Amino acid sequence: MGNITLRNVKKSFGNVVIIPDINLDIEDGEFVVFVGPSGCGKSTLLRLIAGLEDTTSGVISIDGRDVTGEAPAKRKLAMVFQSYALYPHMTVAKNIAFPLKMAGEDKATIEKKVGDAARILNLTDYLERRPGQLSGGQRQRVAIGRAIVRQPSAFLFDEPLSNLDAALRGTMRLEISELHHQLKTTMVYVTHDQIEAMTMADKIVVLNAGNIEQVGSPMELYNSPKNLFVAGFIGSPKMNLVAGAPAEKLGAKTIGFRPEHIAISKTDGEWKGTVGVAEHLGSDTFLHVHTDALGTVNVRASGEIQVSHGDTVWLTPDPNRIYRFDAAGLAV
Amino acid sequence: MARAVTTRTKAINTAVAWTIALVIFFPILYTIITSLKTESEAIAGFNLIPSFTIESYIAVQTQNDYFKPFMNSVILALGSTVLALIVAIPAAWAMAFSPTKHTKDILMWMLSTKMMPAVAVLVPIYLIFLRTGLMDTRIGLTVMLMLINLPIVVWMLYTYFREIPGEILEAARMDGASLWNEIVYILTPMAIPGIASTMLLNIILAWNESFWTIQLTTTNAAPLTAFIASFSSPQGLFWAKLSAASTLAIAPILIMGWFSQKQLVRGLTFGAVK
Repeated sequence: MGNITLRNVKKSFGNVVIIPDINLDIEDGEFVVFVGPSGCGKSTLLRLIAGLEDTTSGVISIDGRDVTGEAPAKRKLAMVFQSYALYPHMTVAKNIAFPLKMAGEDKATIEKKVGDAARILNLTDYLERRPGQLSGGQRQRVAIGRAIVRQPSAFLFDEPLSNLDAALRGTMRLEISELHHQLKTTMVYVTHDQIEAMTMADKIVVLNAGNIEQVGSPMELYNSPKNLFVAGFIGSPKMNLVAGAPAEKLGAKTIGFRPEHIAISKTDGEWKGTVGVAEHLGSDTFLHVHTDALGTVNVRASGEIQVSHGDTVWLTPDPNRIYRFDAAGLAV
Repeated sequence: MARAVTTRTKAINTAVAWTIALVIFFPILYTIITSLKTESEAIAGFNLIPSFTIESYIAVQTQNDYFKPFMNSVILALGSTVLALIVAIPAAWAMAFSPTKHTKDILMWMLSTKMMPAVAVLVPIYLIFLRTGLMDTRIGLTVMLMLINLPIVVWMLYTYFREIPGEILEAARMDGASLWNEIVYILTPMAIPGIASTMLLNIILAWNESFWTIQLTTTNAAPLTAFIASFSSPQGLFWAKLSAASTLAIAPILIMGWFSQKQLVRGLTFGAVK
């Protein structure tokens, strides 16, 4: 089981309030991603759940048991750190075996569990090596191995892929998702990379300045952002947000439309503009178009479009996919 | 672009490096040469070719027993080092892993005691030693050497412990390690290289300390530094014997330093570059 509940959790360091007041329910077996810009409190929130930081007030429960005052070791959680945090003086086998040794498991059980974890993570050939002799991806796998052998009630990941190169990040993302399907254990994952959030999560928690802006499935957040912050944060490239006359025409303070919801034409459309930069990726074409009416607009067109710097184009937004926000920044 | 190093520049650099090294090493070399001369040769003036006699060494051993001050040096150096580590490890540990807002001030205060000239506290220390019966005792001198080197030992260990990433300790805590297990299985193995080089440096410092060892001893607890000093006597200078005694005094520490130089250099430059 791995239900995690946070009730009125607050955290401050001296006079600096990091998390003003958070309530959150994480269901057993869910893959929950905390996402937000740097300094939004997502890592602090994870560390509060782990017990590595003390809450200023509020209650954290795991499976209905109040663990607020409990030491990290007693919470039955496993954590994977950004820096891997492997024990440099131990071999891979000993690193993975460490939590089992601390739990007082017997030698045969330890050997079996380490072997199983190594098989799942393709580490069997590296068991006698030390962390210093492994690549970044292998080190991260060892860190995951150390987490899974304990069969914890939940896994906590603190930006585990941010030290890896782009290609490896993609592979590891898949591996972690597959591991989740295989183990069906609750996973709480912190990242600032919204692609990771969108692709891996069952539920995304968007944080900003220590507050939860919105909780929902990736598609809920994409299709119905509650406010300007979520609208601007979720989606890549970012949603175009326009204030002023075009918004007022639609009865809103600000309107937003995603780059992929704009039709592009060389002959006619709603807004005329000039292409500033055209990025041709083959599968997609990203355009930065300077318009008189809206300023610079990001456009994402599927496939290859033959336009380049200086060309005149016409843009038309999908009328059904225009988001409207009021003066307080809330979705109308 | 990589800098092109010509053969000529290399030759000049090598020559300069050797010259500097020789100038630095020359006093030790000349001491060894003089120790292999007769007394009359030694007093005659500058001469690089000795007659290779070991009479001074024999005289040093027969007239003034070398073994006793040697043993005193070993006991004082090792004893004060062990004592310093017992005090400094928990101190550095606490300051590295649970720092308060005054930790830096405490560290600076400790270091500031090293800036005070030793002679400034000679009279009070001398009187304390005299009145407590610690004068010319190994135990008194061991404590004294421990205290004067303690600031450096704490500083070195503190720098080492600070280099151990906090996340590794947190990982151990998540893995179910108690504080004791964390110290035994994670911290200590990771800190051993640092503790070892601190130990080596402290042995060298204690071995070479001459101010307090000469002031606070007469015969019983006198180590090799006092032994060397005894050759500069009112009866005159005995250059060859003094050199032989000096060579014998520095030989053990020189040999130890030679074998542990890799560890020492790492210890002294640790944390300089990340």
